[in-house]
Amino acid sequence: MNEQELIEKIAYNVIQGRVVAEDEGFNEGLEGQPAVTELMEQAVEQNIDAKKLVVECLTGSMEDVGEKYDKGIYLIPDMLASAECVGAAMDILGPRLAKAGIESKGRFILATVAGDLHDIGKNIVGIMLKGAGFEVIDLGNDVSADHIVEETRKNNAQFLGLSALLTTTMREMEKVVKALQNEGIRDKVRVLIGGAPTSDKFAKQIGADAYCRDAFHAVDILRKMNI
Amino acid sequence: MSELFREGTVVKPYERMSQEQILLLHNASLSILTDLGIWCYNERAAGLFGDHGARVWEEIEHGQTVWRVSLPAGLVEEAVKKAPSRFFLGARNPKNRLLLDSQIPRIYFGTGSETNIWIETAMERFVSTDRQDVVLQSPRFTKLRGNTELLSRAAQLCENLENLDFFIRPVNIQDPDVTEDNHDVNKFFASLNNITKHVQAGLTRLDRLDDVVRMSEIIAGGKKALRKNPIISFIACVFKSPLQFVKDTADKVFAIVEAGLPLVISSSPQGGSSAPIQEAGMIAQINAEILAGITFTQLIREGAPVLYGSVPVRARMDDLHDLYGCPEFNQYNIDCAQMARFYKVPCYSTAGVGDAKVPGMQALFEKLFTHLYVAMSGAQYIHYAFGLLDRTNSFCPVQAVLDDEQIGKIKHCLRMPKISQTDVDDAIKMIGRVMASSHRLFARHARKAIHAGDVSRPYRFESGGMSDRVIEHAVTQLAEIESLPAPHLSADVLDKIYAEIPGLLPRLRP
Repeated sequence: MNEQELIEKIAYNVIQGRVVAEDEGFNEGLEGQPAVTELMEQAVEQNIDAKKLVVECLTGSMEDVGEKYDKGIYLIPDMLASAECVGAAMDILGPRLAKAGIESKGRFILATVAGDLHDIGKNIVGIMLKGAGFEVIDLGNDVSADHIVEETRKNNAQFLGLSALLTTTMREMEKVVKALQNEGIRDKVRVLIGGAPTSDKFAKQIGADAYCRDAFHAVDILRKMNI
Repeated sequence: MSELFREGTVVKPYERMSQEQILLLHNASLSILTDLGIWCYNERAAGLFGDHGARVWEEIEHGQTVWRVSLPAGLVEEAVKKAPSRFFLGARNPKNRLLLDSQIPRIYFGTGSETNIWIETAMERFVSTDRQDVVLQSPRFTKLRGNTELLSRAAQLCENLENLDFFIRPVNIQDPDVTEDNHDVNKFFASLNNITKHVQAGLTRLDRLDDVVRMSEIIAGGKKALRKNPIISFIACVFKSPLQFVKDTADKVFAIVEAGLPLVISSSPQGGSSAPIQEAGMIAQINAEILAGITFTQLIREGAPVLYGSVPVRARMDDLHDLYGCPEFNQYNIDCAQMARFYKVPCYSTAGVGDAKVPGMQALFEKLFTHLYVAMSGAQYIHYAFGLLDRTNSFCPVQAVLDDEQIGKIKHCLRMPKISQTDVDDAIKMIGRVMASSHRLFARHARKAIHAGDVSRPYRFESGGMSDRVIEHAVTQLAEIESLPAPHLSADVLDKIYAEIPGLLPRLRP
């Protein structure tokens, strides 16, 4: 397969949402054929320029997937499948991109706050952010404010995403924001919050930078922040 | 063509009665037919029963001769065994044929029932008298008298309702130029020219049967082609409950069976007036009536395709009208589906009727209550299911659109479970893959099931905000469907039909 064919095939498989060969695609009859992981490894072996792969295989394809989602052709599982493809591709390309001096869009810490074990929404956000080109560090669920602040400082994270599903745990978000202030790093990190009981009003009230309705809204907000 | 038919939904039947109870009712029905006998108002039918071993004697009732017929159990049992257990109902589009197999609970839903009133729906804006910024959309309903134009519209609509499997004209034709003489040809033509699914109706005039059959032969491609692919069939309510064999309907049954076309032997006793309201009595009687009717068809011609037509209803105790959306209705109908399965005859059943006069919450309750339970019974051919309101007095196309969505959900719900060794192996593999991932989310792995149609979609008419906009959305959906072209017959076929069939209204030709 020549370079152009390979690039087109990777882009096609991102749109099809096929991470590995055994995955089904959006269209019928693709199972068993090489998918993004296998094709990207082949591209690396063929020494295709990493930046070219990002631009021509991943960025455009995700835009295409986004349009399909907006038109109702794709559903959330399709969108997440494509985002996972991009994440898998970025894992393979990571070292080569670093060597080439190409940076991610930023380091993003994610956590479900203390006392809360709900992490589905947070995990979807993680997949979407990785697919959008962020370096994601997921701290998991039931994470204390102290640990969140410590990881934020240690990793020099530019972004912090906090999630809570319960009205009883949402107040923990305020504790995290205050702890960031107390540690003197609040102005170095943008805090985005989300989860069923939260709202734009609540975000303002606790001093967060943005409220995200869902994972797609989060990506949209980051785009509007010119990131 | 023999392989083509609508998929329907094969369900695991919910059965109320034990085998012992079925046998009790079977013996009770035979006892009614033997010991009490039927009142037969048709001399030829009485003669036919007599020729095959029934005890027949004459009585005088209101100065008229009536034949009392005592049907021996053996005669009934032998005749019913000869009724086919499995047959097809045809359709203009072979993909729309229906496979009726008494031993396979594959359910189909269709319309009924020749109402006189068509209910048109329009959305109107209402502004609060207290607050001008509070505006509500509300449906306004208008009653129209049924006519050929509305029947054509109904057929075109039903062609495009995904979950509707067959068409019984839901509205009567009352045009000024429709007479008793040209009623049959125009109702069949308006239906067949606008839908490619199976068309079924009652027959108004026996002497127009030949014209209806000839019209259908032209459409199906000839005499043999029609018998092979019977695009039409008939409903004959041969019994007036309790146990009175009707003269002119019996004549129609003779003619339809002799013409080699399928028919429903339908009985519709009302518990509390024309039949016992108690479950045992209702089922024993309706079963006796249907068995006698099926026996009649098989004595006319062995192997005649016939459906066990059970439409048992209950009377309201305040005015003795039918009461459809009630528990007894479901109990009666589920029992009848079991009886039909016992006799190995496909079951024509009833669901989706209610007492509500307009679409809304009452209609939704009554319809869902019966749509779901009767579907669970595994009755093969469920009529009355789309658009009926005010018992069987009105047809509302917006309601039909709402019913289509509801029936689609029911069909999906009652599908057989997909649990095989392969499914289980795939599931374990999938769980392993997800557990090995950082996010532990199954969303991506839902795609295969979504694409295979295994995952249902949300309710079509849901609203985003705090208001209920179901009817408004259904009105929009109806307008979209009605803008689609009707599947009219070809010009050649239309030429032939208009040349050969007298009495057709010229304006019905597209």
